[in-house]
Amino acid sequence: MPHFLDFEKPLAALEGQIEELRRLSDNGDLNIAEEVGKLEDKVDRQLRQTYGKLSAWQKVQVARHPARPKCGDYVSGLITEFVPLAGDRLYAEDNALVAGMGRYHGRPVIVLGQEKGNDTESRIHHNFGMARPEGYRKAQRLMDLANRFDLPILSFVDTSGAYPGVGAEERGQSEAIARAIQASLGLQVPFVSVIIGEGGSGGAVAIATANTVLMMEHAVYSVISPEGCASILWRDGARAQDAAEALKITAQDLAELKLIDGIVAEPLGGAHREPDVAVGAVDAALNEALRAMDGMDGPALQAQRREKFLNLGSAGLA
Amino acid sequence: MSWLNEFVRPKIRALVGKKDVPDNLWHKCPACEQMLFHRELSDNLHVCHACGHHLRLAAKERMGFLFDGGEFTRVEFQSVTPDPLKFRDSKRYTDRLKDAQSKSGEKEAIVVGHGTIGGQGAVIAAFDFGFMGGSMGQAVGEGLLAAAREAVTRNAALIAIPASGGARMQEGMLSLIQMPRTVLAVEQVREAGLPYIVILTDPTTGGVSASFAMLGDIQIAEPGATIGFAGKRVIKDTIREELPEGFQTAESLREHGMVDMVVPRGEMQATIARVLNLLREGRGASVETPIALAAPDAASGMAPDSAHGD
Repeated sequence: MPHFLDFEKPLAALEGQIEELRRLSDNGDLNIAEEVGKLEDKVDRQLRQTYGKLSAWQKVQVARHPARPKCGDYVSGLITEFVPLAGDRLYAEDNALVAGMGRYHGRPVIVLGQEKGNDTESRIHHNFGMARPEGYRKAQRLMDLANRFDLPILSFVDTSGAYPGVGAEERGQSEAIARAIQASLGLQVPFVSVIIGEGGSGGAVAIATANTVLMMEHAVYSVISPEGCASILWRDGARAQDAAEALKITAQDLAELKLIDGIVAEPLGGAHREPDVAVGAVDAALNEALRAMDGMDGPALQAQRREKFLNLGSAGLA
Repeated sequence: MSWLNEFVRPKIRALVGKKDVPDNLWHKCPACEQMLFHRELSDNLHVCHACGHHLRLAAKERMGFLFDGGEFTRVEFQSVTPDPLKFRDSKRYTDRLKDAQSKSGEKEAIVVGHGTIGGQGAVIAAFDFGFMGGSMGQAVGEGLLAAAREAVTRNAALIAIPASGGARMQEGMLSLIQMPRTVLAVEQVREAGLPYIVILTDPTTGGVSASFAMLGDIQIAEPGATIGFAGKRVIKDTIREELPEGFQTAESLREHGMVDMVVPRGEMQATIARVLNLLREGRGASVETPIALAAPDAASGMAPDSAHGD
């Protein structure tokens, strides 16, 4: 049973009709091809219309869609010989932050990413993609490994934020994130990040301080969740739609503000409709981003990343 | 509310409610509610003499008691914040900024100054919590970068004093991106071999705590300060449990190994001076000759460390 978002309801109706027709034709020898074709055209038109002008709040819902491809889908689709690596060597393993090494088109790489999971069991196992300090310390450990063995880093960012829990705070969530950013800025290897779903605040930046930061067409990247922002500034969590618009969190807005380096087009109707196509689109973009850095040595890569972040976010200061 | 309420209550309030009077003369301690006379409070560095609570403090007042002789020179930085998102909630961002500026007399939520502490050159970048909750946007990031550059140019230490709820939402992602930017400011000071000290004050949370504020060579916190990443309410809503006593306080961070020390405001200047002198003299310090070495004695000095336990 596919999951339809509120604004996808007209689609659900159309697709329901198609299903119904197909079932009927299974029973008799009704010729339904023409009718189904018409309906499918309608679905297509509807998708183009809806997805061509998604509001920021609708994008938030698409970015959080339960069937949207997750970090694990990109890893299994793009990385061969994947060797998952666990633990921060200090306290624990954090299943919210997936880390390991493998080959990407033959070249050895380090992979980092938040995994949200795709059913109740795996969501709980991965703590809904909300990493604890151990996750960010594991990321630091792997960044160091990448640096020492000259391995490019790919990160798949998908988190509503770092985990807000008592233990996470006591074990230094802030410090862990700060050090992960510091480690990112010290890297002398190519580093490419893709915001595949939700880029939630500091918990996302911690593994997205990269040479090239890409965003999926319907992903969002924000300083605070629209709900959180609404409850603070509007004193009403229900104003999340307004907050989503005001915060400028869509890939299109952020490309305009020059805060990201590129947008990866999604299949019509969003990545959740055709996960394989989405994975393929990310593949093409990642490959291009890595190739663009092929001729750069370590110091040049580090300098490029640092310059970029120094210049970002000062646009228009007088 | 009836017309009677509306009509009468303000008058009564004018008679009765104004007891906690001109806020420039008397302050009420937010912790123990003791009424504190302004001048005494100010002489006591805004620490309540009844309960020791450290009240929040404007950036320039902090500089006044940290720099030697209260003398410092302001470091200017690009502080005119644009409104790139044209952000508007119940109020326009530009209006909120103007309000904050006229109320605080500062251009932004951070003030940068240079001077000496214990004779050592130092640059202080201090936050004003009163300025939009000390929130970090583009201009604040710029202030920290300017402070780092100044420290490197002057071969001086950098001291950051955050007092901030976190990133400035009104600047959206442009504020989040100040996390890596301010970490770069720290890196410049580190790479120049200069000390970087952080004094965590109430409150230091969110994107500020998760960037430059946790990267000090020495981490000092003021007593009772709230320091953490996520807000208490968010944590409570997530775990649906009561939070432990003292959670996210300076003292609890020290207990958990997250800060070096909790230092009362009255001892802050002397502590920083000592730390800076120790860090900066290094092996170049003039060494006094220990008495034991002056008169060589086989039984002392370089004996194997059998006496050391572990």
